[in-house]
Amino acid sequence: MTELLIRNGFVYDPLNGIEGEKADISIRDGKVAESVGAGATVIDATGMMVMPGGVDIHSHIAGSKVNAGRILRPEDHEKDVERHTPITRAGTGHSIPSTFTTGYRYARLGYTTVFEPATPLLKTRHTHDELNDTPIVDKGCFPLFGNDWHSMEYLQQGRIEECAAYIAWMLRATKGYAIKLVNPGGVEAWKRGRYLVGLEDRVPNFDITPREIVRGICKANQLLHLPHTIHVHTNDLAKIGNYQTTIDTMDSVRGLGGDNKPVIHITHVQFTGRTGSAWHNVGSGAPEIADYVNKHDHVTVDMGQIVFMDTTTMTADGGFQYMLYQLSGNKWMNFDVEVETGAGIVPYRYRRNNYVNAIQWGIGLELALLIKDPWRVYMTTDHPNGGDFTKYPKIISWLMSRKAREKSIARINSIARNKLDLPDIDREYTFSEIAVVTRAGTAKALGLKQKGHLGVGADADVAVYNLNPTKIDPSRDYRLVRKALKKAAFTVKDGRIVVKNGEIVETPMGRTYWVDSQVSEGLMGKVESEMRRTFTEYYTVQMDNYAMDDSELGRSSRVSVKAEV
Amino acid sequence: MMILSKKIIPNVICTFCGATCDDLQVTVENGKVLNVRSGCSTSLSKFVNYNVERYLTPLVKKDGELHETSYEDAIARSAEILANAKYPILYGWSSTSNEASRAGLELAEWVGGVIDNTTTVCHGPTLLGVHDIGEVSASLGEIRHRADLVIYWGSNPVHSHPHHVMRYSALSKGRFRLSRKDRTMVVVDVRKTDTAKLADQFIQIEPNGDYELMCALRMAVRGDDLEQDVIAGVPAERIEELADLMISCQFGVIFFGVGLTMTQGRHRNIDVALSLVRDLNARTKFLIMPMRGWYNVAGANQVSAWVTGYPYAVDLSQGYPRYNPGDTTAVDVLARGDCDAALVVASDPVSNFPVEVSRHLAKIPVITIDPHPSATTLISEVVFPTTIVGIETGGGIYRMDGVAIVTKPVVSPPPGLHSDVEILQDILTHVKKLKMGQ
Amino acid sequence: MKVTLLSGRSLGQAKGKVTGKFTEEYLRNVAVCELDPEDLKSLGIALGQNVKVTTKTGSVVVRAAVASQAARRGVVFMPYGPWVNMVIPSETYGTGMPSLKGIEAEVTAAPNEKLLDLRSLVGHMARG
Repeated sequence: MTELLIRNGFVYDPLNGIEGEKADISIRDGKVAESVGAGATVIDATGMMVMPGGVDIHSHIAGSKVNAGRILRPEDHEKDVERHTPITRAGTGHSIPSTFTTGYRYARLGYTTVFEPATPLLKTRHTHDELNDTPIVDKGCFPLFGNDWHSMEYLQQGRIEECAAYIAWMLRATKGYAIKLVNPGGVEAWKRGRYLVGLEDRVPNFDITPREIVRGICKANQLLHLPHTIHVHTNDLAKIGNYQTTIDTMDSVRGLGGDNKPVIHITHVQFTGRTGSAWHNVGSGAPEIADYVNKHDHVTVDMGQIVFMDTTTMTADGGFQYMLYQLSGNKWMNFDVEVETGAGIVPYRYRRNNYVNAIQWGIGLELALLIKDPWRVYMTTDHPNGGDFTKYPKIISWLMSRKAREKSIARINSIARNKLDLPDIDREYTFSEIAVVTRAGTAKALGLKQKGHLGVGADADVAVYNLNPTKIDPSRDYRLVRKALKKAAFTVKDGRIVVKNGEIVETPMGRTYWVDSQVSEGLMGKVESEMRRTFTEYYTVQMDNYAMDDSELGRSSRVSVKAEV
Repeated sequence: MMILSKKIIPNVICTFCGATCDDLQVTVENGKVLNVRSGCSTSLSKFVNYNVERYLTPLVKKDGELHETSYEDAIARSAEILANAKYPILYGWSSTSNEASRAGLELAEWVGGVIDNTTTVCHGPTLLGVHDIGEVSASLGEIRHRADLVIYWGSNPVHSHPHHVMRYSALSKGRFRLSRKDRTMVVVDVRKTDTAKLADQFIQIEPNGDYELMCALRMAVRGDDLEQDVIAGVPAERIEELADLMISCQFGVIFFGVGLTMTQGRHRNIDVALSLVRDLNARTKFLIMPMRGWYNVAGANQVSAWVTGYPYAVDLSQGYPRYNPGDTTAVDVLARGDCDAALVVASDPVSNFPVEVSRHLAKIPVITIDPHPSATTLISEVVFPTTIVGIETGGGIYRMDGVAIVTKPVVSPPPGLHSDVEILQDILTHVKKLKMGQ
Repeated sequence: MKVTLLSGRSLGQAKGKVTGKFTEEYLRNVAVCELDPEDLKSLGIALGQNVKVTTKTGSVVVRAAVASQAARRGVVFMPYGPWVNMVIPSETYGTGMPSLKGIEAEVTAAPNEKLLDLRSLVGHMARG
């Protein structure tokens, strides 16, 4: 029985209504407990802030496109290294850190759970290989649907239940956690060198539209009772003015849910939040999108905030990446995946003086500041697309401090500055709201009931930051906020101290969450036998070699749900 | 009552070349492989002959001869050699599992050595080209379903990847390309190989002429005039015809082999090939893919990249990963005489490396982990016999297009043999003790 | 006779690898230099006789054979393996990759010189 007591800190546990009161957190055997005995190890958190460990809902940290990015960019690693120590492995950063480095750096930030948000079904085994080598944090991944032949065929035939069963089979075979849609239908078009426009364009050879795909898969998600909603990177990322497509996508599934729970998550909304018809008149579509989100509670979003730095863009949206290569002239990698999806990688530097980049920077922040309910908007950079995750403290300071924003606003392209609403926005996030957008809200959206809070029974994943909320005014002292959030005073994972003063002291293996949605035997039997035939026709791998066994995961954590079909 | 101890194991993954066909049917009886169906002749040969010339006990050199020893003794000797070396090299990795590569990388970190895999003398230049240009590619099924133009350049799959053409390209059946006549196959090579005999068109190129021919193609694709009549032994009209074929196809692919990486120009040949394909994407859909030779060289690259950031030639002597091909690559490190010890896993560098390199290997203590005697085991200090991946033991591997699959054993290994993963982990445990004790 | 030397894979070499490197089959398939039949004639070599291949790195004696695919005058092919490596330079020009194809070489008839088996070849190599 290992007991830990985090004593006398200022606790932020918004899910349980605790917003900065002094409280002790008792931990026994890896879970938050009512109390502990006198023999417990004590962390003295006097004068410090205590939060649940961070939960990152969207960060590209593992898998074939991430690794392709590492291989593409040796120059990215040269300037940023981690030395071997007796307890930690050597590694490299910078925008695409190596796997061990990723785990350590998240832990140092006080994060304890991270999800890889886009992995091709056929290559998800690779994603898990890399997650298995990502220490400390709990993790999971979202396999890609929506451009896969099976889904599109089932949906085009109106066979939603069979589509749901197929998705359940795939999630079990790939040990995935949630359904990811990237440019639904659009990537299949890209494989023919084409782009779809809007949600009503028909996918070549499949006679289905993106709207039908999104709605159909959303319904399948409901039928499967998956813990997370569909997680969507919308169509038209390559289009200059694309905010309307985002709103149309959100609206396409309105009414599909009941009981006020969200049915769709739109990811990195900044990238599909632009107005305009040409690059020189791009503007922010954040006010319109925020307005929609404020009025409709079936939607959650995450920011996809950009940071001015040299980073690497990588998405399954191959067509978008080709366009970015054409715009930037940078090196370009493309990797289409048979039957299923694609990928593209292009290094990119966001510049303050670049009009479009400055607008993009403004869009992300406007979204977070104009959306009223912090439980439905989350802080991400779509790492590494907008910037790498070690920049999170900086973004938090922008959300909390108008002064911090003004400093940056003063240095961006002046025309963009005049065009954005951001300079006039007063709102400043509180510590409580930050706790929501970085941990409580994300855990809730993911359906992880034991994460993102410090109630009794929760996983004992805790971050202690050397920041006294009664002495610090985050609006004025934003530099101190950044400093404290960069290096946690303590990070606790399953009740074990893994970080002390920003240094890694232990490297346990985290869990890999995956969903097993139990569909009726009859339906699954029917779908499986159909798949046996199509598998041989479609894939270059045998169906029996395709599916993963959960012994392939370092520490498998199965989330079992009962489907409605 | 007769008990049939013969069984046919389906969906077996072949562990020879980078095509890693996964539909083999292996007939096993009384713990022995009898036959293999659906594989090529090389795979049949490997499955049926893997037990010929096999080491069964660890060996240690005494007085110039290899003598049998205990596993524990061999582990201890190996750990000492590596822990005490100033700049050891850990080489091989491409013909074994991902798990072995992972263990090797950790060991390399603890001993502060250079870790390199066979990419270094195969498609290393390809990776160097990719670092500069990027790569437009796909998984093999995309080609099977869509490609109407297939080009093999400096690659002879009939010999090197016997089932490649049939499974993935010109002779395969795809959703949108139902038969051979829906596709055009072109071979570019210095001699009319057996693969060229399958092609619709064969273009014979002068040795070392690839760079020029690729440049000429790029120019023709862009619509520039070729001012020379003959380039790299190929008439200008022929080059223009090929460019037209490439632009007018719906979906083309260039599969290239070491004919491009090993000739004059090396990575610059790849550079221009990658650029040509990238240029073609402005006109039509076009891909390029290196023909990775060994069944898990792609895996060695992937594992190395996710653990260190770099796909091969990783120097860990400073305590963090450093990468500088030409400097940290195996041939250079050994030819310069810098390494003072070597660990060789699933490879035979003395057979495969230039003689000056082998001479240096013969001078330093070498630990070899290999199922079979080889030129390298002849000069080794310590030899570990090991189980064979894909036959006697399982392990993850990556196909030439980066698809990850897991091999499983079909028979049991001879008693007393360890897998290379176990051997590496045991050496690492000892090394850690020695290093922490210091 | 001056030639361009290519080394590479061959089915015979691949099979020999998997049956064992110390076998007769491996020696037969790998310690060989394939020449165009016209070149063989002009060197005055009968099939099965030995030839010596020399480059600026060194020389090696192997068995002469007719090019099994694609004969071409002035081009000789030797399968990957320890014999051809005796004549391959280790210079990589900063790329990590030695020259394995397109090397300048000389081929001469060597009917009275001994073809070394793998063991002897390695011993000879190790002694410098």
